Formats: sequence, C-alpha cells, structure tokens
Amino acid sequence: MKKVYGSAAEALDGLLFDGMQIAAGGFGLCGIPELLLDAIKEAGTKDLTFASNNAGVDDFGIGILLQTKQVKKMISSYVGENAEFMRQYLSGELELEFNPQGTLAERMRAGGAGIPGFYTKTGVGTLIAEGKEHKEFKGETYIMEEGIFADLSIVKAWKADTTGNAIFRKTARNFNPPAAMCGKVCVMEVEEIVEPGELDPDHIHLPGIYVHRLIQGEHEKRIEKVTTRPAA
Amino acid sequence: MPWDRNQMAARAAEELEDGMYVNLGIGIPTLVANYVGDKDITLQSENGMLGMGPFPYEGEEDPDLINAGKQTITELPKTAYFDSAMSFGMIRGGKIAAAVLGAMEVDEKGDLANWMIPGKLVKGMGGAMDLVAGVGRVIVVMDHQNKHGESKVLKTCTLPLTGAGVVNRIITNLGVLDVVEGGLKIVELADGVTEQEMRDATEATIV
Repeated sequence: MKKVYGSAAEALDGLLFDGMQIAAGGFGLCGIPELLLDAIKEAGTKDLTFASNNAGVDDFGIGILLQTKQVKKMISSYVGENAEFMRQYLSGELELEFNPQGTLAERMRAGGAGIPGFYTKTGVGTLIAEGKEHKEFKGETYIMEEGIFADLSIVKAWKADTTGNAIFRKTARNFNPPAAMCGKVCVMEVEEIVEPGELDPDHIHLPGIYVHRLIQGEHEKRIEKVTTRPAA
Repeated sequence: MPWDRNQMAARAAEELEDGMYVNLGIGIPTLVANYVGDKDITLQSENGMLGMGPFPYEGEEDPDLINAGKQTITELPKTAYFDSAMSFGMIRGGKIAAAVLGAMEVDEKGDLANWMIPGKLVKGMGGAMDLVAGVGRVIVVMDHQNKHGESKVLKTCTLPLTGAGVVNRIITNLGVLDVVEGGLKIVELADGVTEQEMRDATEATIV
C-alpha cells in the first residue's frame, strides 16, 4: 500500500472534518508537525480539539490555527507562550483541559495500546483529581485517567522509509511516538524519506504500522528560546 | 546574612549524591547544576533526555535539542533520548532519585503549590505534578518570604496544590527545613540567621 504522498494537503485529503479530535506531537516548537498544521489551516477545518502538550506561539505551531479560530478545545499541560491563546481562553471562546504532562503522554500511549483507563498518583489531592475515580493500591491512593483515542494523529519525525518506519532526532522525539500511536489514522511529516533497507531495523523508534500517510518537506524548525554560553 | 540565589543553589547541590539521576526545575534549581563539582550527577530533562549538557556556544544551537524550559542545550557522551511517555514512566516509576523545584508556597504537611494563582493567568502545571508524585525525593528551593514579607512556609497552603504531602526538604534564603511528623524541623540555619529569626519568618509549626 502506498503511504508516501506529494504534499501535506494531499496526505490529509479525506481525513479532516469539523469537530474532530487531533493528537499532535511536539514539545514547545520542537518536533512539531509544522507542514501538516499549515495544511489544516488552509483546509479551514473547524471546532477542532487538540491533544497537544503546548499550543505553539502566536504565529507558529498550533498558534496559527488559533488565529483563524479553528480550535475549540486544547488538552495541554502548558500554554504559557501564546498571547492569542490566553485572549481566547479568558473571553470564553476556547476550552482548555489541563493535563499533567506525564498524564497526557500516558493517556496517548494508553489509547494507542488499547488501554481505556489507568491509575496514577499524579494529581492526587489537587484540582486535577476532582470528579475522577479514586482507588487504593497497597495503601496508596491513585486516580483514574482515560486513554486518548484521537480521530487523527499528526506527527513529525526526522527520517522514515517509505513504509513509515521512523527515526526521530534528539529531543524532537518527545510526544511524537505516543501521539502517533493514539490516532485512528496517523499522518507523519519527515525531513527525508528513504528506501526500505536504508534504516537499520534495530534503530527504528516508531514502526511503520503506526504510520498511514507520509510526506517529506522543508521545515523551518524555529527555536523558541535561543540560550548560549559565553565563548571559551 | 541570609543566603543569596547562588548560595541556595550551592546548598541544594549538597543534597545530590554521586550516581544520582536528578530533575532540576526552572529558576534557582537550574543553578544547582553549577555546584555539583566532581559528583557524577545525570540530569534529566522531562521532554525526553538523560545526560543534559550545558548551553551551546553561539552558532551551535540545535532546534532539535532543547530542555524542558525550551532553551537550547547540548548533549554529553552519556546522553540518551526517549519519548515523553517513557520520560514520565521513569519519573512516575520512581527511577529519578530527586527533583529540585521552586515553589510559591509549601506547608508543614509537605504540600506544595507552584503552578496556579486563582484569578491570575494560568499557564499550566507542565510536568510538575508528575515529578512531585513520582520522584524519590522532592527538594524545594525558594525565598522564605514573598515580596510583601509574608511567609511562604505555611501551616496550610492557600493556593491550589501541585501535590499533597510530597515535599521532603525545604531550602530557603534563611536555612534548611525538613518535613517531619507534626511539622517542620530546622536542619540548618544560613550564616548569621538566628533560630528566632527563622521561627519569626515561618508560619508553619516548627517542632
């Protein structure tokens, strides 16, 4: 089956619908599926719910979909870098569900692994625990969190072969593998597509079974906070 | 003289033992890395890295290599990368020996508040709730009082919690306190700070 598509718009063709839930990879602006986000903006799909650790900045990442008011709800752990996000949230235009970062990652991983719920200590005794099932195991209290089963996953890897076997680079891996796992369909963008056999099978981070459609493209890879040390 | 930021960081570094895997929060905790000396400490960055190196030289920044504060960093020969689910698996699973974190408030039960002020802009808890619930030892580093001179070391936190009963040790500009049965115990006073000054600046019960 052919997985490689010519453009982000072609790769998303037939997959987008208003009100859908999308799981997106990336941490801050690192390892985000920037080409697919651009294509979703162009498609104009509305009332989107995003499960994504962050919401980008005003003019990059998921921020570009906030500008066009395509996002209805964010499920995130940290949204502090985006002024437009805050404006929409405070005016009630945008729903926000805070998840602890590890809980969000595990909700994605669990969804992808067919696990509808799990128990965690994270958030016990905090606002996060309100309304959730509590259960004791060996004398300690845990809360139940639910797996995420998204309509679509959009992720970014460094390299993939034409079957979707993918390799990530450094900390750009972050949420991409769990996000890829939890969608009914996963579309991946990469910097380079190679032929099967060119990647060492022992070095694959995400097997192609999780990847349904694949594109190659140029990435801006913007840095959020350039921080350096003085020359030696 | 109470300790300054660097002296607090240096004191926190004394808590870290050779061979430990440690997560450092943003702010004063980040400075702790400057004071570990010859100890073999491996720093975790919860966005998916063990063995975090220093900031890069200008021109050597890599957009694929950042820390949890989204700053550019470098790798070390011992570095390993992994995804966010595994990263928080090792945090939640108790594999990280200690976390050094900042705080808005701490109380005598070991409750910690550092993510939300009701009515003010809420940015999110990031990985803080997972860290305090999962790591072996939680060390808080913060100023003892807020800028109005009110104690941040309380009988009961007033702000929404990051975790309940999670703090082990508190390092402030006035000294070091441990969370024990019935309240807080003074472990150490900063140079020139008297026990009375510590008690006067602390709302929590000191046992």
